[in-house]
Amino acid sequence: MGRIVLEQVTKSFGNTQVIPPLDLTIEDGEFAVFVGPSGCGKSTLLRLIAGLEDTTSGKVVIDDQDMTEISPSKRGLAMVFQSYALYPHMTVRKNIAFPMRMAGMSEEEQNKRIETAAASLNLTDYLDRKPGQLSGGQRQRVAIGRAIVRDPSAFLFDEPLSNLDAALRVGMRLEITEMHERMQTTMIYVTHDQVEAMTMANKIVVLQAGVIEQVGSPLELYHKPRNKFVAGFIGSPKMNLIEGAEAKKHNAETIGIRPEHVVVSNTDGLWKGTVGVAEHLGSDTFVHVHGIEGCDPMTVRAAGDATFKHGEDIYLTPDETQIHKFDAAGLRIE
Amino acid sequence: MAIVAQSSKYGQISRTLLAWIVGLLFFFPIFWLVLTSFKTDADAVKPEFLFFFTPTLENYNNMTENYDYWRFATNSVITSVFATIFALAVGIPCAYSMAFNPTRATKDVLMWMLSTKMLPAAAVLYPMTFLTKSLGLFDTHFMVIVVLCLINLPIVIWMLFTYFKEIPKEIIEAGQMDGVNTWGEIKEILIPLAWGGIASTALLCFIFCWNEAYWTVRLTTIDAATLSKLIEGNRAPEGLFFGRLSAVSAAAVGPIIVLGWFCQKQLVQGLSFGAVK
Repeated sequence: MGRIVLEQVTKSFGNTQVIPPLDLTIEDGEFAVFVGPSGCGKSTLLRLIAGLEDTTSGKVVIDDQDMTEISPSKRGLAMVFQSYALYPHMTVRKNIAFPMRMAGMSEEEQNKRIETAAASLNLTDYLDRKPGQLSGGQRQRVAIGRAIVRDPSAFLFDEPLSNLDAALRVGMRLEITEMHERMQTTMIYVTHDQVEAMTMANKIVVLQAGVIEQVGSPLELYHKPRNKFVAGFIGSPKMNLIEGAEAKKHNAETIGIRPEHVVVSNTDGLWKGTVGVAEHLGSDTFVHVHGIEGCDPMTVRAAGDATFKHGEDIYLTPDETQIHKFDAAGLRIE
Repeated sequence: MAIVAQSSKYGQISRTLLAWIVGLLFFFPIFWLVLTSFKTDADAVKPEFLFFFTPTLENYNNMTENYDYWRFATNSVITSVFATIFALAVGIPCAYSMAFNPTRATKDVLMWMLSTKMLPAAAVLYPMTFLTKSLGLFDTHFMVIVVLCLINLPIVIWMLFTYFKEIPKEIIEAGQMDGVNTWGEIKEILIPLAWGGIASTALLCFIFCWNEAYWTVRLTTIDAATLSKLIEGNRAPEGLFFGRLSAVSAAAVGPIIVLGWFCQKQLVQGLSFGAVK
């Protein structure tokens, strides 16, 4: 069981309200990702759920019990921190054993759980090392192991992969996703990386300035962003937002088109521009095009083996069925 | 070619020379004290026996036979050790609270605590004397320990606070998530992590307690008298007997100098912590 409900939760630091009244439900077994730019309140929201910050008002309900005034240790949650927060003076074994020792579990049960967690996280050979003797990825696994043995009703992850290099990040992402598939335990994951959000979540919560902009599945947010902010935040490279005459043609204040929904040609097309920078990824080429009215530069996707010269003319044609329309307030027009 | 700063050989020699001069200047009073302790009272004031004289142990013999040096030394050890323990017992939870659960008043409280060190001791001498006598605590170990603890508490709290601030708050929060209560956090996480800082603080507190003279001289007579009282007791109406006085002083500071020598690394760390990141 790991159903978490936030009812009209607010948070202020002094006179500054960082989270206005917020309602959110995370169902049991969901993998919810809080995503948004730096300072949007996603970590604060996570810490409110964990109990590491007190709410200014509102309720935090976990499995139908009001946990608003309950200390972090009694909420039945486990947290994995961005900096791992391992106890540097304890071995890996003692780090993982620590929450069980605090709960008064028998040594036999502790050892059993440590061995199981270590085996699943490939830590068996490192149990007698101290955190200072481990790599970043190993430390992250120890932090996850320490969370797993608590058998919590929900896992909380606060940007756990931020300190890892790109290759390790991809690997750990898969491991965490597989862990969720295996355990079916509620997970709440905070990240500023929308690629992590899209690939890991079955529910994404997009935040800006403490306000929930949209909640939905990754594809829902990708195909039907509720407003310009979500449209521009989700998707990499980000959606091209076009204002002015071109938008007016579609009876909108702003239109959006994703890079992969624009056809690129050297000979003709609806819009003419000049090639700025072409980024070759091997599988794709992303071209930044200048001179398109209402959107400069515009980013478009081309074939991986396509070649472009800086300054050459390029013609773009958007897929009309994939154009997103937004009104003056930035809200989606259906 | 990249421009690289060159340090001149002469600059290095000058700096080394300066360091030696400063070091010797600081060491000289201790050297002179020890040297004088091996002179008779008469020789101690004669310029012709500055460095060349017939050494004698009569001052040290006199100290142990006639002044019961070991009783004073024992009192110094007891009061310094227990004052340090109590200062840490109060200081650790206090510094923990300020470091990890600060309020708007935390900085003001810290400054206020430090400001009490600026209070002239003489301003509260009479109230303290009346208080100790009316409570029947004059010339007791208990009173000396309480006073030593209280006068060093601001420094202890400040030092521990700066050490605790260096510990990432996330480690404490991880402990909270793992089910540890406040005392558990201090015992299982904070003390092991900040052990070096706590040891440095304890050492400095011990040294301050050992060297404290103003209160130990005025609040004790015989039973709880410390080495400071012994030194003070060597002032005679006839004047200062430098030989005897130097022996008593050397015997009083000797133990702390030896302790400081063996723990100099921790002392330097304690005094300079936070100055360099």
